Parts: sequence; C-alpha cells; structure tokens
Amino acid sequence: MNSNITNEGLILACSAIGAGLAMIAGIGPGIGQGIAAGYGASAVGRNPGAKGDIMSTMLLGQAVAETTGLYGLAIAFILLFANPLLGKL
Amino acid sequence: MGSSGVLQGQLLAADNEVDFMVHGLYKLPFQFLGQDVYITTTHISVLIVMLVILVFAVAANRKIRHAEERPGGFQNIVELIVEMLDKMVYSSMGKYAKKYLNYIGTLFIFIFISNISGLFGLRPPTADYGVTLPLGVMSFLIIQYNNIRHNKFGAVTDLFKPIPLLFPINLIGEIAVPFSLSLRLFGNVLSGTVMMSLIYSLLSKFAIGWPGFLHIYFDLFSGAIQTYVFCMLTMVFVTQKLPEES
Repeated sequence: MNSNITNEGLILACSAIGAGLAMIAGIGPGIGQGIAAGYGASAVGRNPGAKGDIMSTMLLGQAVAETTGLYGLAIAFILLFANPLLGKL
Repeated sequence: MGSSGVLQGQLLAADNEVDFMVHGLYKLPFQFLGQDVYITTTHISVLIVMLVILVFAVAANRKIRHAEERPGGFQNIVELIVEMLDKMVYSSMGKYAKKYLNYIGTLFIFIFISNISGLFGLRPPTADYGVTLPLGVMSFLIIQYNNIRHNKFGAVTDLFKPIPLLFPINLIGEIAVPFSLSLRLFGNVLSGTVMMSLIYSLLSKFAIGWPGFLHIYFDLFSGAIQTYVFCMLTMVFVTQKLPEES
C-alpha cells in the first residue's frame, strides 16, 4: 500500500495537532484566575472599603498566573506560523 | 488530496485572507547577520504612535505653561493623567517614587497608546515581539542596576541565599524576568489582534457594528490591564531590590 502523504504534509499535520495540544495549557490559568477572582469577590464582600487595593492585587496576581497560558499560546503560534520543523527536512 | 480545495472553501466561508502578520514594506539595501532587513508595518505603527504622543506632549506643555487657576477642558485632562500616574507610582514605591516617576509614566503612556491603537485600525506595535522585548530588557537593566548599586556584592551572593544548591534556579529566576514581562504583553495583545482579524476576515459580511463590543474588550480593557500590569510588575521588581523603607 503506497500513501500519498508527503513529508511536508506530515509535518504540517502534526504541527497543527501540536498547536492544539499546546493550547491545553489554557486550563491552568483559567482555574487560577477563577480562584483569584472568587477570593477577591469574597474579600470585597467582607471589606468593601478596600475595594481598590483588592482589585489591583487581584489583577496583578491574575496577570502573573496568565503567563503559563501565554507560553502555550506562543508555542502554538510558532508551530502554526513560523514552523521551525519545516526547515529541518 | 483532491478534495482539499473544496474543504478549504468550506472552512473559510469568505475568500478573504486571514491577515495579522507583520509585513515588510521596504527592503533595506544591506544585510544584517545574513538576514534581509525590512522596514515593516510595525515601524510605521510605532512612528504614528510616537507622533501622536509627541503632538499631545507639545500641546500639554503649551497649555500647562499658561496654566489657569481654574482648569478648563484640556488642562483638566492633563492634570487627571498626571495625578493618576503619580498616585500609581507613589502607592507602590513610596519614597523612591520620585526617581522612577518619569520612566514608569513614559512606559505607561507608550504601552497604553500602542495597545489601544488597534481601535483606530493600526496593527498594535506591541503585537510584535521586537517592540516588547526591548521594553522588557529596559526594565531588566533598571532592576539589575539598582540591585548592584544597593546590594553591591550582595547581588551575587543573594543568588546562593537559602542554600547554594538553589543557585541555578535563582539565576534562571533573575534572567527570566525580561522574557516573562515581554511575552505577557506580547501574547495578550497578539491574541486580541488575531481574534479581531479572524472575526473580520471569516465573518466579513456579518461583522457590522457588533465587533465594537469585542474591540472594547480586546483593545481597551485588555490593553489597559496589561499596561497596568507591566508597569506594576516593573515597580514591584525594582522596589524589591531597594533597601527597606524605614
């Protein structure tokens, strides 16, 4: 049985699958940001006067938690648009 | 293989190309490290952003020079911006704020205008890693300058602090700062740009009016938050290296 899959086609297909898998990294930041927002909301409920401080602390923590997801996004973009594996053929 | 053309036609409902990449506009007549050098769309966007900031700065300077006792429209806006920046820097840097006010303010205004330039149809300059990495490296240099100036040899010995075994991890933690700062900004702005261009190119016939709400989220909200976070993290890292307030 002879297949018609070229080397480039195989690499492109596997890169697309890899890009999809890389975006699984989005689960972590989602959970983390949700937890931070939940505790932020309960903190505002307990002490409405400190809303500004709580808000800025929460946003800072969420932005740091988001970083790992963005690393996954960067890898997905590299695989899709600047594929380094195609040059290795 | 034969059906791929049909499939492609179905997947991309409109024939418009999905386009959010940086384009080379003008090829410069020399090579750098064996690579072609281009004037890209990012250069043009950065120039436009700089021009806008420059015009605003000149206008604000003229207005403030003839400041009135009771501020009117434009003077009010300028004072609002300056007070907001002052408050932000003073609240997180305390007595060191005066020295870093200018740097943080410049950073804030440049990144904010860059991020919201997607609203006006530009490709945001901060969606190019070549713009955000220098910003991160600048912050890194300021952090390390303060570290060496205030801790002297402590800057090196701090890396061995809890136990010497942790030296590689501490070193990576220091070096990762510019990359995490710049990648965070880049990733957020780029994802917004990609989403907007996907919507405009794939739903081209239906994208009338309602993408405005998405613009408010991706450009204004996300851009403002990321600007705030970039400046805040820079200030936090710098303050960590300075001696404790007494």
